[in-house]
Amino acid sequence: MKLTSFLKKIRTSRIFWPLVAWALILIFNAIVAPGFFRLGIIEDPVYGKRLYGNLVDIFNNGAPLMLVAIGMTLVIATGGVDLSVGAVIAISAAMGAVLINPALGNQLIANEILTRNATNTPLPLIILANLAAGTLCGLWNGFLVAKAKIQPMVATLILMVAGRGIAQLITNGQIMTIYYTPYFWFGNGYILGLPVSIYIVALVLILAWILVRKTAIGLFIESVGINAKSTYYSGINEQNVKLLAYTFCGFCGAIAGLILSSYVHSADGNNNGLNYELDAILAVVMGGTLMTGGRFSMLASVIGAVVIWTFTVTVYSRGVPANALLAAKAVLVLLVILLYSDYSHRLTNRLFERRGSQHDTAH
Amino acid sequence: MNNPIDVVKMLAITKSFPGVLALEDVDFALRKGEIHALVGENGAGKSTLIKVLTGVEQPDKGVIELDGKSVHVRSPQHSQELGISTVYQEINLCTNISVAENILLGREPRRFGSIDWKKMNEVAQQAIDRLSINVDVTQPLGNYSIAIQQMVAITRALEVLSAKVLILDEPTSSLDMHETNLLFDVMRKLKSEGIGIVFITHFLDQIYQIADRITVLRNGKLVGTYEAASLPRVELVAKMLGRTLAELDAMLKEKSQEEEEKEQQHLVEAKGLGLTKSLEPVDLELNANEVLGVAGLLGSGRTEMASLIFGITAPDTGSLIVDGEKVNKFSPLESLKRGIALCPEDRKAEGVVGDLTIRENIILALQARYGWFKFIPTQRQSEIADRYIQLLGIVTPSAEQLVKNLSGGNQQKVILGRWLATNPKVLILDEPTRGIDVGAKAEIQKLVMQLAEEGKSCVFISSELEEVVRVSHRVAVLRDRKKVAEYAGHVDEKTLIQAMAGET
Repeated sequence: MKLTSFLKKIRTSRIFWPLVAWALILIFNAIVAPGFFRLGIIEDPVYGKRLYGNLVDIFNNGAPLMLVAIGMTLVIATGGVDLSVGAVIAISAAMGAVLINPALGNQLIANEILTRNATNTPLPLIILANLAAGTLCGLWNGFLVAKAKIQPMVATLILMVAGRGIAQLITNGQIMTIYYTPYFWFGNGYILGLPVSIYIVALVLILAWILVRKTAIGLFIESVGINAKSTYYSGINEQNVKLLAYTFCGFCGAIAGLILSSYVHSADGNNNGLNYELDAILAVVMGGTLMTGGRFSMLASVIGAVVIWTFTVTVYSRGVPANALLAAKAVLVLLVILLYSDYSHRLTNRLFERRGSQHDTAH
Repeated sequence: MNNPIDVVKMLAITKSFPGVLALEDVDFALRKGEIHALVGENGAGKSTLIKVLTGVEQPDKGVIELDGKSVHVRSPQHSQELGISTVYQEINLCTNISVAENILLGREPRRFGSIDWKKMNEVAQQAIDRLSINVDVTQPLGNYSIAIQQMVAITRALEVLSAKVLILDEPTSSLDMHETNLLFDVMRKLKSEGIGIVFITHFLDQIYQIADRITVLRNGKLVGTYEAASLPRVELVAKMLGRTLAELDAMLKEKSQEEEEKEQQHLVEAKGLGLTKSLEPVDLELNANEVLGVAGLLGSGRTEMASLIFGITAPDTGSLIVDGEKVNKFSPLESLKRGIALCPEDRKAEGVVGDLTIRENIILALQARYGWFKFIPTQRQSEIADRYIQLLGIVTPSAEQLVKNLSGGNQQKVILGRWLATNPKVLILDEPTRGIDVGAKAEIQKLVMQLAEEGKSCVFISSELEEVVRVSHRVAVLRDRKKVAEYAGHVDEKTLIQAMAGET
């Protein structure tokens, strides 16, 4: 009755299943690796007292994926997909790195520049260029999909392939090491003992939520994803809705690139954000947004990203070699697909409903 | 007992889908060397019949005979093996490879394990020559017009699959007059070679131009098979719509008075509005306080006309004047701002957004007019939705119900509500009562008349003449993408049918 309807509300909530998945992985860790949850406080030479432990690392390292998942959610909700986010991360990382030390883009690494730990470019300008590069990439994707009407998968494949080349052009083919302490704050800094990146994810999530849910944009995105033609016939400019979604996705990729390059102190056109597009898609699917578009939840996608990173950390901590990670991930994908299939939904519905009806008759 | 000249015989075919009886005891026979037109309005069962014949669907009951032998068509591929080929409106060939490759795809002649290009081109050229069309088979298919591409598809059907039966599903809908004649020449040639052709089209002129016999379906039932030469057009249209001539004559006699409309300023004025291959230039006026009925069969241009006025597609000739101002930008959003609304013909594909709630569906157009950032608060949304649920009598437990769970009639009302919420001056309704039950039909008709009384201009498009006659103050008739007649005051169904059929 009241309890069952409350249970049903929880069960049909979009964040229910990703939370279940997360809980399962955590329970697994609690059993096989009790040290997994250990948290401690250490004194950081630069940022003062801070929290450390696996859980902190999951959120810190997973932040770029969470950001990309937020953007990807909107794109998938319109019925599209963005395969280029990984490359966008690389481009935005390269943009930041090259502005910190423009000389590096043009000549081989000169030792005295490296040790200077300074830059001629103001930090706000670096960040702005960083974000602008990614946003522009998103705009390009949006243009191809919405205006030129190219299939999303094909349209974004262009930048997925070309983007890594562009990133290398920017850095002149080098893996650029960054030596500029203020820039490291984004990926390594701490506020009140928690990683800066967590705050950035929270901020982007909240702002995106306001942008989408406190305006008509969210409704329009869902409407386009469910039935683009009907939406157009209702007087909504469905092209602009798509354009916005892809642009925002590029913007999210740019922030991810900023954090990632800051975290690893370098920009590598080949490896920054490698396979992030696939992880992001997986995160969105875990969050219950259909690949065909429609209803979406950005929070659920972020939890999906957390699940993926928790899984990754778990696999590493079990001693699985890094090159076998993809095989382990395949198992995760398989489980997710099974968990989200119609079959298992019917199964759980039946299970819960039967229990619910027994509950009712008992009263 | 089999008639030896029947190449295909379908007997008492019955096919039902959940909730719908798509075909009921339908007989169909195709002779060797004939062109047989299959006609009927949407939902008549044409495509289901073809799907049964080509193995896409399995019939619940009934027998299919091929050359006098009973066959069980298991799949589309099996039907091709049996010699039944279909060429669809949308051509499923590859435009980027050569004509020869398209024709012989999967059956390329080989020599020493690799493709024998010379032989392939020869074989393909011979096959093309059989149709007496001028095509270089080594060119990419994309270099040729849709009409030629269609003929390549036919060639493939005949050559590779050695078809005895050819089904042409709306082959002329994207062809112009010259291309159509080209196709007809090919069809006549094939006919003389003894191939049986099933020709599906909505164009009456074309049926009489080429077909030997006509089979009419209506609501999943066989109306009859007739010799084209002995079936006058009026009767054909009457059969498609389900009226007898006697009925129409009776209606004509009891016809009555009509009221004269006063001269007004036109709300909407179309002058020579047209779009190539879609609608011939049309003159049309819409006035306040008036229902304009539009009668025409499917494919007559009625939906195209609505799309032009609502700005779904931009016209390439003529002009549209709304409230005395010439329209330059054509889009649904612009029309919405000008106070024009359209309830589209294809409710599922163009109307409702199934996975959104009734509330969201109803406020969608209003929100579109307000733009992205002036979001209607949820509380206000609910008020608006509840108002139209009540006003239109939408049967639902709450406004939060998903629209896809509603019946067709209620979905139609939701779309009506969506547009009424924007308070339009002109409301275009394209087949608003199709596929909904009788009660809801009457309610919608009443509503349209009421709206006109309140000062709106309504356009009521329907192939059910009875309701067109009932609700309209004025009726425009379309046929073969042209406006052919307009009647002020009340008209009778017979006059309309004659105009629709092109006989006076």
